[in-house]
This record gives sequence, C-alpha cells and structure tokens, in this order.
Amino acid sequence: MQFSEQWLREWVSPDIDTDTLVAQLTMAGLEVEGVNNAAGEFSGVIVAEVTAVNPHPDADKLLVCQVNTGSETLQVVCGAPNVAAGQKIPYATIGAVLGPDFKIRKAKLRGVESFGMICSEEELGLAEQSSGIMVLTEGAVLGQDIREHLNLNDPLIEVDLTPNRGDCLSMTGVAREVGVLNNLPVKWPKKHQVPAQLDETFPIKLDAPEGCPRYLGRIIRNINQQVESPLWMQEKLRRSGIKSIDPVVDVTNYVLMELGQPMHAFDFDKLDAGIRVRMAKKDEKLTLLDGKEVTLTPETLVIADENKALAIAGVMGGLDSSVQTYTRHIFLESAFFTPTTIAGKARSYGLQTDAAHRYERGVDYNMPRQAMERATQLLLEIVGGEPGPIIEAVESLPEAKSVTLRAERIERVLGITLNADTVEKNLTGLGFELLKKTDQGWRFGVPSWRFDVSIEEDLIEELARIYGYDQLPVTEPLGRFSLKPHQEASVGLPKIQEQLTALGYQEVITYSFVDRTLEDVLGTDESMLLPLANPISQDMGVMRTSLWPGLLGALQHNLHRQQGRGRIFESGLVFYHKNNEINQKLKVACALWGEHFPEQWRAENKPVDFFDIKGDVEALLDLTLDVDSIKFVAGEHPALEPGQTAQVCRNNKILGWVGALSAKAQQHIDIPGKIYVMELDMTLLAPAVLPIYRELSRFPSVRRDIALVIDAAQETGPVEALIREKAGEFLTHIVIFDVYQGQNIGKTKKSLALGLTFQHPSRTLTDEEINAIIDSCIKDLEAQFNAELRM
Amino acid sequence: MENLDSLTSEALQAIEQAPDVQGLEQLRVQYLGKKGSLTEQLKSLGKLEPEERPKAGAAINAAKVKVQEALEARKGLLVAEETASKQLAEAVDVTLPGRRQSAGGLHPVTKTLQRIEHIFFSAGFEVVQGPEIEDDYHNFEALNIPAHHPARAMHDTFYFDSGMLLRTHTSTVQVRVMETGEAPFRFICPGRVYRCDSDLTHTPMFHQVEGMLVDEHVTMADLKGLLIEFLQVFFEADLDVRFRPSYFPFTEPSAEMDVQCVSCKGKGCRVCSHTGWLEVGGCGMVHPNVLKYSNVDTEKYTGFAFGMGVDRLAMLRYQINDLRLMFENDLRFLKQFSGG
Repeated sequence: MQFSEQWLREWVSPDIDTDTLVAQLTMAGLEVEGVNNAAGEFSGVIVAEVTAVNPHPDADKLLVCQVNTGSETLQVVCGAPNVAAGQKIPYATIGAVLGPDFKIRKAKLRGVESFGMICSEEELGLAEQSSGIMVLTEGAVLGQDIREHLNLNDPLIEVDLTPNRGDCLSMTGVAREVGVLNNLPVKWPKKHQVPAQLDETFPIKLDAPEGCPRYLGRIIRNINQQVESPLWMQEKLRRSGIKSIDPVVDVTNYVLMELGQPMHAFDFDKLDAGIRVRMAKKDEKLTLLDGKEVTLTPETLVIADENKALAIAGVMGGLDSSVQTYTRHIFLESAFFTPTTIAGKARSYGLQTDAAHRYERGVDYNMPRQAMERATQLLLEIVGGEPGPIIEAVESLPEAKSVTLRAERIERVLGITLNADTVEKNLTGLGFELLKKTDQGWRFGVPSWRFDVSIEEDLIEELARIYGYDQLPVTEPLGRFSLKPHQEASVGLPKIQEQLTALGYQEVITYSFVDRTLEDVLGTDESMLLPLANPISQDMGVMRTSLWPGLLGALQHNLHRQQGRGRIFESGLVFYHKNNEINQKLKVACALWGEHFPEQWRAENKPVDFFDIKGDVEALLDLTLDVDSIKFVAGEHPALEPGQTAQVCRNNKILGWVGALSAKAQQHIDIPGKIYVMELDMTLLAPAVLPIYRELSRFPSVRRDIALVIDAAQETGPVEALIREKAGEFLTHIVIFDVYQGQNIGKTKKSLALGLTFQHPSRTLTDEEINAIIDSCIKDLEAQFNAELRM
Repeated sequence: MENLDSLTSEALQAIEQAPDVQGLEQLRVQYLGKKGSLTEQLKSLGKLEPEERPKAGAAINAAKVKVQEALEARKGLLVAEETASKQLAEAVDVTLPGRRQSAGGLHPVTKTLQRIEHIFFSAGFEVVQGPEIEDDYHNFEALNIPAHHPARAMHDTFYFDSGMLLRTHTSTVQVRVMETGEAPFRFICPGRVYRCDSDLTHTPMFHQVEGMLVDEHVTMADLKGLLIEFLQVFFEADLDVRFRPSYFPFTEPSAEMDVQCVSCKGKGCRVCSHTGWLEVGGCGMVHPNVLKYSNVDTEKYTGFAFGMGVDRLAMLRYQINDLRLMFENDLRFLKQFSGG
C-alpha cells in the first residue's frame, strides 16, 4: 500500500523527517518498500492565467496564447486543443527545468516567438499520459510555485504489509501506529451522520450469515455523475496509487483509503426486489466489472437480488449493475465479510482486488456504518442527491475477544520487564481496551480491527514492536550440557563427499524435478514417476527417480562449453512411487567422461573406461571397512549398456549400479564419447565396521606368482573367490597383475596372472607347505573352471 | 730403504692419478693389502740387524700411514665428484607442473551448509533431516497455517495430484522432531525447499536452514544473541544485525533479520539496493500453538526458531552476483570454489 506523507500528517505529525519516519515504520513491522515522489523533479513552474488565445498565422494546430503570471503578460505558443482564455494553468517560465535534459528556453515556433510553456499533467510527472494541458482550479493564486500550489513536495510512502496487519491498509491504521510510536494523539476525521431525505428502504436478507454477518445499504436518488471529483480527492487517490474513475467510484475508493472499509455502489435501477447475500448456485454465471464472465462455484459468497447474482462479495462487482455516467440512483453497500469466506476467492477467479486484499486479512466489523456515513457525506458534496435511511442487517457478528496478559510472561518471552504504565499506554493507544487489572497483570479487550490478536504472545509482540526490537537486550542462551550418541562405524554423506572430492569429482546441485522424456530414455517405469500437478515447465515436470538425469544435464551443459572431460557427482533425495507409497531415498551418484587425466605433460592418458568408475566405487565402499559384504554382479539396467553394467550388492540387497550409459540415452542427449555413471543408496552404504586390530606377523611372507589360462568368458571373481577359500587363512593378499588375451593362447581363452602372498602369524612357512596349498588350488581350478596352469 | 722411499712416492703418485673409487681400491690392495708391496716391506725386517729393526719398522709404518691418508683423501674427493655428477644428471625442472588427477570440490552451497552446520554443531545443535515431499499437515497445518490462511499465498507451493506437496520451508522438520522427541530441543535442519517461482531472483528450488531452541529459560534476547553471534562468526566480521517485526504464523513475536551489507559495510551499494542492509532470514519465538501441537508444555518451555536462505548466504559470502549460476553447474564456475 502507498500513502501520502502529507495526508498522514493531517492526522498525526511527529517532529521527525521522512527518513526517520520511514525507519520508524519499518522497525515497527510496517516495512517500507520505497519512497516515491508525488510529482516529477521539476522547477520554475508557476500558476498563470490564459488571457487570450489566437490562431497561429502559419500553423493549423498551434495557438498563440497570452499568459498572465500576475506580474507580466507573456506570449506562449501552445499546441493543446483544450487551452482556452480564462483558464488557470501551470506555466513553465524561461529557465524552468522539467527533466534532466529538458530546460525551457525562449523559442520561435513557425516564426512566432514563445516565452515558456503551458504544461500538461504528464509533463509534470502527475500522470502517465495526458491529452491536453492541465487546468487548475479557479482559486489558484497567480505567480505561486506550482509545487506549492499542488503540495507536490510530498513523499509517497510504500509499505509492504505482512498478512496479519490488514488493519494498517488505510490511513486510519497507519495513523494509529504512528501516533503510538511517537506518543502523540491522532486527530481522527470527523464522524458524520447524514440525515435521510427519503423514506425509501430496500430489503436485505442474509442467507449466509457465517460469510456476511453485517450488511448495510442505503439508497441515494438523483445524483449527478456528470461532474468530476474534486482535485484534492483526485490527488489523494493518485498519491495512494488509485486512478480517478468517476465521482461514485472515487468516493468509495477514498473511504477505502481513509477508513479501510471497502464499499460498493450499485445502479439502483438494475436491482430487483431486495438484496440477498447468499452462496452462489452451481454454475451460476456473472459478468464482472472487468467484462469477464465467470462461472461461480457454490463456495463463493455473492451479493444478489431476488433474481440474479450482482457481485462476488468482497471481491468485485458485476458489470450489469455497475454505476455508469448516466446512473441517476445508486444503492450503496458497506458490509463485513468474514476473512475465511473471502480468503483465496479472488485468486480462484484469477482476480486481485483492493477489496479482496483487505477482506481476506480482516476488515473492522464495526466500521461499515461510519464508512457509509462518510461516503454519503462526500457523495452529497460532489454529486448531490437525496439519501434514504441506512438499512442494516446483522447476524452473528464475531464475538469480542479479550486476552489475559501476565507481567511475568512478558519477561519470560522478551527477557525484559516493562512497567505497567508503558504496557497500558501502548496497548490502549493501539485500541486495546483495558478491561481488568490484577496484581499479576491485565485483561485487554481486542479491538474489532485486530484479527491477528487472540493470545498472550500476540499482545507481547505488540509491546515488543512498540518498545523496539532493537532495544531488546542481547544475551547468550543458557542450556544444559549433554553429549549426543555418536556412531563411528557409519559412512555418512560428509565422508562420501570428502572421498569423491579427493578422487577428483566436482559436486553439482541440480533440480529435483526433471524432464519426463529424460526419465523415459533412462527406462524408468511409468508407474514410478511422481509428476507435479503445477510444474514451472514441462522440462521440470516429474520428480527425479535417480540422480542421473540431473548429472547428464550438467554434463551436457559443460560439454557445450568445451569441457571435454570431467567427473561430477551429486547427492540428494530421489523420489518414486512404489507399492502405493511415495519413496524418498538418499543417493549419491557420479558421472565421468573424457580422458582419465586432465591434459598434462608426460602422462600416459587414455579415455576412461568401466574400471575407472568401478575403482572409484570401490574407494567409497572401502570406507565401510566391510568390503566382504559387497559384491559386483553383472546385471541389466535400462539406463546402462548391456555387457558393461554391474549391480553392486550388499548382503543380497541392491546397493547401487555402475556402468556405461546406454547407447540410447547417449544418443538422446547427443553427447559424443563414452559416459560412465554410478549411483549408490546411502542408506545401504552407511553401515560400517569398527576397525579391530589384528596382530602383525614377525615372520617373513612368501609370494608366488601363477598364470592361469581360462575361458575368455569366465568371470574372474569366482576364480579369485575359489583361491581365497581354498588357500585358507595363510593367504594374506592376492593381486591380479595381468590379464592377457592373444594369439598364442587361443582366441577363446584369457590368461590371468596372479600374485599370491602367504604368511603365518607365528612361524615361517615352508616351501612344501606353500606348494601343497597352491597344488590343491590348481586342482580345484582345473576341475571347476577348466583352468590350465601356464608355464 | 731407498726402495721404501721410491715405493712410497710411486704409490702417492698413482693415488693422485686414480680415476675413480674402484681404481683407488686396486691401489689399496696393491700397496697396503695382505700381499701389498708396502706390507711386504715389513716381512723384510727379519733380514736386518735387531738394533736396526725398530727404526726401519717405524719408517715402513710411517710410509703406510702416509699412503693410507692419501688414499682416503683421494677417495673423499672422488666420492664427492661422483655424487655431484650423479645429482646433476638426475636434476629435474622443478617448475614443471606435478602429475595428478584433476581436483574435485564441493558446490558453494554445500560448503556453506557444512560451515553453518559446523558452527551450530559447536554450540550443541544437532543436525536433523526430513522428507522433501510432505503432507499439508507438516508444511502448514501444524505450523499454525490452516487452509485459506493468507500466509499460504506467500508460499507458491508445488503440489502432486494426491494432495502431497514439496515442502516450502524446512520448518516442517521442526514439527517432525518435536512430535517424536521431548523438550528441551536444540537442533538445525538444513535442506532443499521448493516454491513455484522462477525469475532473476528466485529459483524454484533453493536451500534453507531451520534452527530451533526450546528450553526452560529461552527469551527473545537469547534469540538475538545467538543469531547475531552466528552471523558474525559466519561472515568473520563484526557486522551489525538488526531485527524488525514481521509475521510468520508459527512464531510470535516474529522478526525479520537483516545483516549490515557485507559488501559496503552499511554505506549502501548495489548488493543491498542502497539500503545498507541485507535480509538473511526470519525468526521468532515459537508460537504456543506449534508447541501445543507437539505436546510441549508452553508454561514450562519457551523457545525460538529461525530460518535462513543458504544460497543467499553463499552468494554473499563468495560475492556471487547472479543466482542463475548456482544451479547451472558450469564447471568453470564450480571450480572457483575448489581450486581445481
């Protein structure tokens, strides 16, 4: 909301400058978003009178005017069609500055001399655009600076109010705050009572009192809408950011700004036999003021007559019953609609109105009568007419609330003690009524405009606001000491992040919602997907079921920026639907592509392959100190290339996947070169083993190298497992130091070179013992894998 | 004895000309070995008269010592020369870069999160996590935001058809911790949150860290104390912090906290839109309704909660001026935070 500082100062005028006022409002919870100017930056414009207008000898569209400034008469050439003798106008003198590069000089227009300029509202920054020159009131004093005449040195303060402070969406609310903050009384505007000049009334029925507990109406006959609203009102509205429309609308808007009460005027001739405030009927249609036809829902409160809906209550009026320039008789509405009834309604019809903004936050339910009288009084002054009596229907108004406040609780919450005078003065200043005072504290009645206050803490916040948050003391919290359990044998995310970083991976953070087509390409089952009902865009339409789509997106982004190699990782939740449940699992995933090493001198570089990423996975699994529980098993995954895909299993559960990205996916995202990816489930990865020390042997170890020829298709894992099992406890280490395939052993074979290290904890092993172990291994290898010892 | 003198001078000369350590060793054997020519001289002592023997013996020994010393001196020299030439041959260009894998690194948001976690952990705050797909109850209802509450309009929420939603704040975790635990509480919950909003200054996903302290004697003065200290520790600067009234349905009183602009130190600049202040989060005393929802005795316990934007803290800390960079994952950007 924006308001004029001058308007505020008519009510309450603390002896502080604008900057201080702005800071004060912000620090009281009425955050000032900005301060605007009531007019453009200009100088040298004064009030003058047009005394004569003559045609230009050489230009059809120009007029030659004589302008009296009070001290002299000057000739000014003007192009505005509305200029006329006798008008008081803003006159820019020679030397006037209307903008950064706009200085008024003596000029010749088509051969006629012109001394200065007659200004439009647009040129003075008073309007977005104008069609002619600005005409001032007849009483304007010749020669007076226009800034002074129009009170243009007026900062317009824009406040961004939190939703609990609907009561501050008016001058009344802001003035009340400023009064209390500065300990000043507020000069409230006079409360009017306009006597009825007609007996005529109109029936009002409240069919939905829970939505509309109070509705006031009044007929005003024989108004004259042909006039314009007075300049002072237009200016106050303009400075509040509201456009002047016609007198009736301007008056309702003015009352809205002054008192915070939204009002509406109907063309009385369009109403049939009485007002009904009721819920809309199913599929009921209404054409709104903005010309849009809406289909109403039964949850919508409407103002209707006996035959049809006229307006969406508290949101917007209908077009058919709206007041036009030809309207002669009006029916004025001033009502209280409950916040829960109005909340969300405007939005549900794609609307945003000042009335709805206030009603959904809460409008003072005791304000409608005062507002009705004020509007009537203003209307009679401007458009004339004869008012009828105020017709009021009331049913089940909100109950007046009262709240107990304990002095001790103030201290518990704020850490300060406040003396009783301060508490009472500040709260009553804000409109709270002191109902009762005891040794422990007070009981305060909550004013009808404060929908946000219902408990003790709410009052404490009010006191803290006025006291000033910045004045509250600063202390260090006291707390009891206790040490929390701390599990060592666990691989948490920080350890994984550290390890991956050490392995040369760069962390990325990608959105949790991804493009559905990418999930499809990676082979995600349709039934697992969790689509958003209201995504920002289609490429952020479904929740990621794995971290791979995000990694591939990041990879693509970088490849398009000449990053030819890279290793990236991400950790975070993935989301999928399974067994009628939403699953949210913490995962970590990597992608690598390009050369193994960054380009450097004397490095034996080659493109990455399966064993690079597998090695990195192993480096993570090592952190568990429990690698015996983990196995790599050849598998199939829709996102990965057959033959280069491994399932990582731990105790018969799938801990993750590692492999080459499928050719299909690679083609879809149009990335050259092989990409290797892995993903691990953090929950299954986490359990670790506490290291337990084993005695070191003081006796020499013995290494034996053997070469085995086996079928090329035979997996190495089972071969190694058999040797480990058969060789027993003295085999302390096994290394595969070469895998060879070539002509001299036959195309269908491969040769494994294995280094076996033996050691006994308490003595030296003999050659015979070792030979016996190896012989028995080889016997079993021959039997099970058709292996041959290669000499 | 003329033989001894000429033998000695011949040996000394040979030593002087020995090309290397092996040559020296041969000379040692030739002159001083068991059958060396100087050693042999001692054997000829028997042919001399007994009274001449001591003098002749002393002369031979003196000659042997002289040759021995010459050998050692020469050896020292040769070893030094050999070491020097070997070192010269093996010398490297130390200015050539080392051989290595590229450096990895953490995302600036993760670095910031870890830093925040460490700071609070040092004061005894636990770090807890919660789900990101939430129900209406935990995201709104239990935080004192019933249906149709105007505060819901401030949260542009992503929904699923089932009515579940993506959490709009990490405050959800407050509820989850309190409903399963018992007061006192002291924890932070960092994580991803989501709002249906995307422009120059908003990303539909961002990071928050929520914190909560509920105990028997917690006041708003404590809230100020802890958060001022946190911001000063985080930015490693003695910055001013201000609290101004605000509104969150789950705290009462509520406050918005601003830190003095880290870029201009409050003088006013582009970073702070010339206000001198930067909004870094919201906070307040936990609303009694929220405590009651979680069965905490509001007469015995009071508490405060706070929430901060992690991405914003990261941007301020590292002077990142474009939010879009944060989730674009350009390696040229990310590597600035890892040194790689």
